[in-house]
Amino acid sequence: MAPTTPQEPGLNAVPSYEEEQAQARFDALIDKDSRVEPRDWMPAPYRKTLTRQVSQHAHSEIIGMQPEANWITRAPSLKRKSILMAKVQDEAGHGLYLYSAAETLGTPRDELNEQLLTGRAKYSSIFNYPARSWADMGAIGWLVDGAAIANQVPLCRASYGPYGRAMVRICKEESFHQRQGFEILLSLSRGTEAQKKMAQDAVNRFYEPSLMMFGPPDDQSPNSKQSMAWNIKRFSNDELRQRFVGMIAEQVKVLGLTLPDPELRFDEEKKQWIHKDLNWDEFMAVIKGNGPVNAQRLERRREAHREGAWVREAAAAYAAKQAQSEVA
Amino acid sequence: MNHDELDATLDSFGDALASATRVTPGNALRPEDIAVDGVAPSDEVAAYALTLGDDSLILAQRLSHWISRGPELEEDIALGNIALDVLGHARSFLTYAGLAMGKTEDDLAYWREEEEFTSLWMVEQPNGHFGVTIVRQLILSIYQHLLYSKLAESADETLAAIAAKAVKEVDYHRDHSIMWTIRLGLGTEESAEKMRHALEILWPYVDEMFLDEEIHRTLPEVAVLPSSLREDWDKEISAVLADAGLEIPATGQAMAHGRRGEHSEHLGYILAEMQVLARKHPGATW
Repeated sequence: MAPTTPQEPGLNAVPSYEEEQAQARFDALIDKDSRVEPRDWMPAPYRKTLTRQVSQHAHSEIIGMQPEANWITRAPSLKRKSILMAKVQDEAGHGLYLYSAAETLGTPRDELNEQLLTGRAKYSSIFNYPARSWADMGAIGWLVDGAAIANQVPLCRASYGPYGRAMVRICKEESFHQRQGFEILLSLSRGTEAQKKMAQDAVNRFYEPSLMMFGPPDDQSPNSKQSMAWNIKRFSNDELRQRFVGMIAEQVKVLGLTLPDPELRFDEEKKQWIHKDLNWDEFMAVIKGNGPVNAQRLERRREAHREGAWVREAAAAYAAKQAQSEVA
Repeated sequence: MNHDELDATLDSFGDALASATRVTPGNALRPEDIAVDGVAPSDEVAAYALTLGDDSLILAQRLSHWISRGPELEEDIALGNIALDVLGHARSFLTYAGLAMGKTEDDLAYWREEEEFTSLWMVEQPNGHFGVTIVRQLILSIYQHLLYSKLAESADETLAAIAAKAVKEVDYHRDHSIMWTIRLGLGTEESAEKMRHALEILWPYVDEMFLDEEIHRTLPEVAVLPSSLREDWDKEISAVLADAGLEIPATGQAMAHGRRGEHSEHLGYILAEMQVLARKHPGATW
């Protein structure tokens, strides 16, 4: 299904009467804070923005399986192993819901997958950092899933229906993921010296990248305003980051660990959290593909895709034969 | 900080109770329940439970490697689910066995040496390509389905309860591997060839699955005699292979004796990976 609004210049640049009416209906839906559904008319830029956002989100779930899958076979207890397996499996499920939501906007899953494999699509840049120790399973759950939840809970009210509804279920599971991460860190910080050290090291490495998960500061985030006007995004990057910092600043005390940020404090006058300057140059470098494991993450996806090709072909061939014999 | 307060701190964003891993109350016999409420088995029953636990543990370890590597996302989820079920069976059997020895499931999984493991060679075989994993799973899920169906009638109540739950899950594993065997057997020439190859490399470890050992003979009311499963297994797998346009390969049978602690060369690597972190931190809790 192609986007319904013509994008080429020329005569089509002048909206027809029907299009003006459709735009008015769309604007009214957004004004009422109501939901846009797949069969409703929507402006091409709205469709494009959502397709990009929802598919990036799906890709992040899928690539995000890798750092944790890295520790499934080495999990230090059978209970932890089983929880971790369930968690990574949840992430594959999230990827599937989100690809389905993205497909309702008109781009098939195969094409979205192709965009990921060829490196044209982005995904959350935090997954381009390696998971070096078991404690990273804790830090990823607590900080990375925690930041994801802060981002995603407002998305449950996103104006696009299928996205908002997918987010409701995803947020419920993410909340469990964050708790399991917190619990891993809590057990480590209450454990031996070596375990506590492992936990602190993981928090040190994931703190800054997790704050950057909310995206650039508001004055450098050109797309945010339009997304907020469309009721896709409900809070600005900085507002969400503030909320997250406030939450982890309290929780870290329960963990008996520290955040690697000597400047971190709540400014009573400004009523906001002050944190250290974040390294946005590194952030941009990682987004451009130069993080520690960008190449590895993508190659792993390509490898799975390549090595599974014969399986998908066989399944398709079998299905075609079955369909044929039913007709015959 | 008590549990409720901790819940409140972490629950600021949503319903923490919803997850695929949520335990359904009153349904499952969980390893935690066995550890707390279980009655210690005799040494012989424990040794038998250990063999079942080891098979499941090593198989789960193998299967879990597929998560994030499947031919499509749906298979990441399916194989992950099967691995998770099988790991659950392992945890129950090992916990029960451990009660007789004063050991936990983790003591048994992480602190035994290779020769103390009793797993079959079939579960130790490498994943290979997707077809190899499917054939291994076909062989094992048909086997486990027959085994647990009988074990559910065991005179040992705990083993019977674990098996009664496991058999329902293995039923799905069997469906999954049968459907894939047929799809790949009848799909393309390439997939059929890959399936024939998978059968050839795995078939030498079939006979070992049906060997009766001393441990089975000493527990006639409790243990399922492996040889008693063979006829039904042969029938069932032959029917599936016929439906898939495949045949039982003409291979020899390996002298495999995993139950006696004589393992394939693969097990050492499996254990090295599985145990490395736990062994770096003796006495630690996680």
